[in-house]
Amino acid sequence: MIPTSHYLFLSLGLFTIGVIGVVTRRNVIVILMSIELMLNAVNINLVAFSRLVGSVEGHVFAIFIITDAAAEAAVGLGIIIAFFRNRETLLGDEMDLLKW
Amino acid sequence: MNEFASQHPILVVALPKIVVLLLVLLTSLAYLTWFERKVVAHIQSRWGPYRVGPHGLLQPLADGVKFLFKEDVTPAGADKFVYFLAPFLSLSLAITSIAVIPFGPKEFTVFGQPTPLAITNLNIGLLVLFAITSMGVYGVALAGWSSNSKYPLLGGLRSSAQMISYELALTMSVVGVILMAGTFNLSEIVMSQQGFHWGFLPRWNLIGGPMPQLLGFLLFFTAAVAETNRAPFDLAEAESELVAGFHTEYASFKFAMFFMAEYSSMITVSCLATILFFGGWLSPFPQTAAFAWAHYIPAAAFALAGLALIFYGIRYLTMFGRVVLPVLGVVLGALALLFIRPGVTEFVQGPFWFLLKVVFFLFVYVWVRGTLPRLRYDQLMGFGWKLLLPLSILNVVITSLAIVLTQR
Amino acid sequence: MLDQIVFYFFAVLAVISAVMVVTRRNVVQSAIFLITALLATAGIFLQLHAEFLFIVQVILYAGGIMVLFVFVIMLVSLDVSLNQVQFNRQWWLGLLLALVLGAQLTIAVAVGRAGLPLGEPAPAKMLEPSTQLVGRVLFSEYVLPFEIASILLLVAMIGAVVMAKKKI
Repeated sequence: MIPTSHYLFLSLGLFTIGVIGVVTRRNVIVILMSIELMLNAVNINLVAFSRLVGSVEGHVFAIFIITDAAAEAAVGLGIIIAFFRNRETLLGDEMDLLKW
Repeated sequence: MNEFASQHPILVVALPKIVVLLLVLLTSLAYLTWFERKVVAHIQSRWGPYRVGPHGLLQPLADGVKFLFKEDVTPAGADKFVYFLAPFLSLSLAITSIAVIPFGPKEFTVFGQPTPLAITNLNIGLLVLFAITSMGVYGVALAGWSSNSKYPLLGGLRSSAQMISYELALTMSVVGVILMAGTFNLSEIVMSQQGFHWGFLPRWNLIGGPMPQLLGFLLFFTAAVAETNRAPFDLAEAESELVAGFHTEYASFKFAMFFMAEYSSMITVSCLATILFFGGWLSPFPQTAAFAWAHYIPAAAFALAGLALIFYGIRYLTMFGRVVLPVLGVVLGALALLFIRPGVTEFVQGPFWFLLKVVFFLFVYVWVRGTLPRLRYDQLMGFGWKLLLPLSILNVVITSLAIVLTQR
Repeated sequence: MLDQIVFYFFAVLAVISAVMVVTRRNVVQSAIFLITALLATAGIFLQLHAEFLFIVQVILYAGGIMVLFVFVIMLVSLDVSLNQVQFNRQWWLGLLLALVLGAQLTIAVAVGRAGLPLGEPAPAKMLEPSTQLVGRVLFSEYVLPFEIASILLLVAMIGAVVMAKKKI
């Protein structure tokens, strides 16, 4: 029997690692992947609570989150390709076109 | 022994089953290469492998030995970890997918433990198969990337784009079958196809149910050929433009692993086509008294094949062949005699029809390869996105409409 | 017992590969470790009897979204970015703040877990055919969010095509 809090600890660990990736890395693709990690951590939480409560609504929300992740990845990677074509760089701190 | 079996069902039942299936699968993979070379050769008016053993029957063995003893070169600048990971990933995923395929209806008993004719019978078997297929892209894509060479990279890029595109059509094309069966369990999908039109035409999903899935089957098979990277969709390894595509830099056994993975996924796709559209292990003949003779078809087929082998073998070119071919014929004849025995006849029916259908699809695979020219890359993408995907969505809409209308 | 082994194995695997994702220099290796982390999460879903979500996770996340990532990584050249500094100038501040966030979350869970009904999850029977249940809930109570999600996907698809096209 695994207490629900262990799932929560796992989930918050993954979430924190994801946040660290987003705020410290320069490579935009790694930043996007860290965001995926954070979304994934949330899914663990939802499913664990869903098991605790005994309904499948958590699963439904997790499916919505995965849908969202797919949309986000598609648009994000599209932006990265467009940007790479114009500026030949993948570094987040060099993406400063709007910072005049 | 029975007590031990009931305490450790995994050790006594599941493990031997896995070992046996693995042995059979690997042998049939080896002989599938022989089969393909022979069929393609005859399509092109050649003889194919002929020298190693009678009719080249020992060719797979020779190939295996050759693969094992070749020098294994790792290209300079390759990402070692990923370079080694890719073939392992390809082969293990391709072989794992066989685990959910049911080969027959009968549960047989081993030391008092009933067990189905499959490694496992999952409630979400079909979805598991698709999950494994979707992971299969990585083997190819990572192999292409990690070789640190331009042709493999192009091959990897092409195949990852191609496999994502055709996966959509592949998944959508079976939705019709799932809707009619109402389950993801492969055994239950087969059981839902029982029965006959007018007493003789089997109600397999291809021609039965509320909405015959003929269109669904054509879409499925086309998408599956593309998904397994076979001709005419083998753009990932098009030898006329990319040398050998993603496995250009692979040699020795790592190359053999890619090869085996390709053939293994061919077998999986053929099994899946059989289960989803052609009634799996169901016999095409009704179970009535008028068709009682149909029970002896497996035995008759084996006996005929055995007789033909003996008749032909004793006049073979070489001495070796004059011994081996008749012996094979005698073995087939002995199997035929075994199949006539009362208990065995029933048991053999399911696997016999199942394997017969699977072999037919494998033949179609090779036939297609021997007949059709390779597509251009833009044609391939256009075909997938503009024709297959809309048609498969249309198929889903029509099928669900038909189900709603007939259920009233 | 088996349950615990499975859970802790996948949990440790997920955390280790997550750490690898944010620390690897090579983006492809990051992607591979992210795939491992996602598959480990899928294993945890299976351990929680969420079969359908397990499949969705493997097909969509590991087999769909991550292929897109790998594809884009192979499209954009890598050799330059291997020799660059991997962490930005404010990395110490970011790390500090992220760790503070993690500590806060840990404290919150540690304090709040007394309130969780310990060790008495819903009877497993109720969640057994989770595929059918998820389908029923998804298409009855959550039809509107489902439709909105499909529109979101359509918008994202058009957006991605517009972004990645050379000339519109």
